[in-house]
Amino acid sequence: MSKIKIKRFDSRREPNTIDMEYPLFDGLTLLSLLHKLKNTLDPTLSFGGVCRSGVCGSCSVMVNGKATLACSYKANNGDYIEPLAYHTVKRDLIVDKSKTKQTLVDSKAYLQSKLIPENAPKVEVQSSCILCDSCYSACPVMAVNSDFLGPFALTRVYKYTLQSEQNNESIDAVQQNGVWDCTLCGECTAVCPQNIDPKMDIMNLRSKSVQNGYSDPNFANMSFGLDFTQGF
Amino acid sequence: METDILIIGSGGAGLSAALTAKELGAKAIVACKTMPTNAQTCMAQGGINASNTQNEIEAHISDTLKASNGLGNKEMISKMCANSSNAIEWLSSLGVPFSLDENSELETRFMGGATLKRTHYAQDYSGLKILHTLYDSCIKVGIEFQSEKLFLNLIVNDGVACGAIFIDIATGSVEEIRAKSVILATGGYASVYHGFTTNGSGSTGDAIAAVTRAGGVVSDLEFVQFHPTALKNSSILISEAARGEGGYLVNSDGERFVDELKPRDEVARAILAEIDAKKDVFLDIRHIPNIAKLLPQEIKLCAIHEGIDATKELIPIKPVAHYTMGGVEVDENLEVSKIKNCFAVGECSNAHVHGANRLGGNSLLEIVAFGRLAATSAMNVIQNHKPTVPNNEKLNQDRIFVREIWNFTNQINFYEKREFLGKILYHNAGIIRNDIGLKSVLAVVRQMQKEFPFMGLGDKSLEYNMNLVEFIEFGNTLEVVEMMLVGALHRTESRGSHYREDFKELREDEFKAHSIFWKEDGVLCADFKTPKGVTNE
Repeated sequence: MSKIKIKRFDSRREPNTIDMEYPLFDGLTLLSLLHKLKNTLDPTLSFGGVCRSGVCGSCSVMVNGKATLACSYKANNGDYIEPLAYHTVKRDLIVDKSKTKQTLVDSKAYLQSKLIPENAPKVEVQSSCILCDSCYSACPVMAVNSDFLGPFALTRVYKYTLQSEQNNESIDAVQQNGVWDCTLCGECTAVCPQNIDPKMDIMNLRSKSVQNGYSDPNFANMSFGLDFTQGF
Repeated sequence: METDILIIGSGGAGLSAALTAKELGAKAIVACKTMPTNAQTCMAQGGINASNTQNEIEAHISDTLKASNGLGNKEMISKMCANSSNAIEWLSSLGVPFSLDENSELETRFMGGATLKRTHYAQDYSGLKILHTLYDSCIKVGIEFQSEKLFLNLIVNDGVACGAIFIDIATGSVEEIRAKSVILATGGYASVYHGFTTNGSGSTGDAIAAVTRAGGVVSDLEFVQFHPTALKNSSILISEAARGEGGYLVNSDGERFVDELKPRDEVARAILAEIDAKKDVFLDIRHIPNIAKLLPQEIKLCAIHEGIDATKELIPIKPVAHYTMGGVEVDENLEVSKIKNCFAVGECSNAHVHGANRLGGNSLLEIVAFGRLAATSAMNVIQNHKPTVPNNEKLNQDRIFVREIWNFTNQINFYEKREFLGKILYHNAGIIRNDIGLKSVLAVVRQMQKEFPFMGLGDKSLEYNMNLVEFIEFGNTLEVVEMMLVGALHRTESRGSHYREDFKELREDEFKAHSIFWKEDGVLCADFKTPKGVTNE
């Protein structure tokens, strides 16, 4: 019989993390499968998910190590389901999103000054973000710097810089743990369910930063973000 | 916890209210049962109606009144339509990237039942982009969010609302938030049609049930709009924009059988007639030029949920529950009938703008225009607010109730009941209704209410107990559905979305009236009330 494996977490149990196998019912999205398992086999299985149609951003999980919207993915035999990476796990597949929401506050990802209405078509892609945190979970920078603002916040800042006449405050806000900390690896772009390209947005935000008088701190150190002392 | 204005629900209505409250200088808290942007608003695709010139506004009012089938209040509709261009300007100024034409003017499209092109959109992500822009604006002005709080009950002292009780989903504790005024913006109840709805899982009419428990009045619950085009297997919504842009409806013989741009109830019934004649029904958008750019989301959803390429293949569809016109009965300031200082806005309220049926593009307009109105009204009452002596009676009562749930036995799996209820509601209290069907579903619902204490939790943990959340939502469902069925049973006529095959005629003399529901000593009461402001248009 086909099966999937789910990483479960309960802070009150010892050990608090175990892997459990569940039957796979064919033809269902992963979210529908999770509901079916909860409703018929195991009412304690806990996960998020509201809209079922890929716009509310509440059902993203790791499938075989890749951040994925459960409602937009058909489960396969042997899939390993885990909660999103770089988030504090609350229970099973439910994670704490308050820290990632805070990145929007810290990066001042909102309209700073007078709107340029005719620029609306330029932000068509960036404004489709659903805050699913997939990009954040895919970002390898998080492993070394958990204060990094992360891809979706920077994309949102970039979106508003395109729409607004003046953006000094948000450009200032993304210098520390922001645009220059990105390694431009493109993992965020690869996982985005909305085809947003945070990597490109971050590169553009770097150009805007330079226009505002900032410079690449890595360039100043001549390190280019690479550490040559450890060899290749 | 204490605030000036407590807003329950973080969709477009709640966030519009929060921003306006802040603009007016009030302290506002937004409490929501998931995270702030996980609301039904993000699923609205088609767009938001707005009219500029006096002639356009008149036409907008007249189209809305016509769709309401005699139950729309002209004053409220006029208020909404007259404020529509302001609403769009306000949203644009916050940064909502509406689609523009080649002259950088706002683009518009037709929706069903409209005599003018007045629906503004942001590709097919109108609701999503409005909601997220509102959210960003809330962050900018520092609105406080209380996330993952499940709304249980209003705190009402001597007929005046002074806060609400919540379960903190993260910890399982029962808490209160006190406020000088409460705005309910919790969304509709279409997901009572479990498995046969475009809605997300949370649209269980929580505020409607809570208002009746607190002594308030709700109305017109029998009016439920069925969307003609949801995907056949998954009930996922395919926007009306697909027909607005020129999509056809065809049956398995390849024939078109209805004017696709008729009001949603007529199109839904025409589709049901085909399905009853054992034919499949499809949406055909293959011939529309530039379709991949116009409706990218729909094409993606077809691929994921039906495994088809909608630019090359027919889309299999069925009509499912989409929007609930009924809700909390409110006055012209959106204040809840019989509960002072409490307001309701958006799909959870019945502000009498949709009447017996809603025009496409008017729901996003309502949540923004009236979201702002709700905040203004709330502001007016808090200026004359007299502090009451706080007592913990309601909090203690709810703490006991929630603790009691853990003692309910788990002999019956409520998930099975929820699924069964969704199915029988769809088939017997859905698009086409009759006396015997409605009575039998009502009997089932009343039996389920009796069995409720035997449907207890299978999950006994305190933290993030989603089993508990869904159980309480199901409790609300059973209360709301009872009222909806009573209304549908006693409205022995056909009007708007409510179609009785045993009473196919409109009966103006008896039923040009709102059904109203309230509770006396826990007993459900219902009546019909001829409304003021109803016109004969």
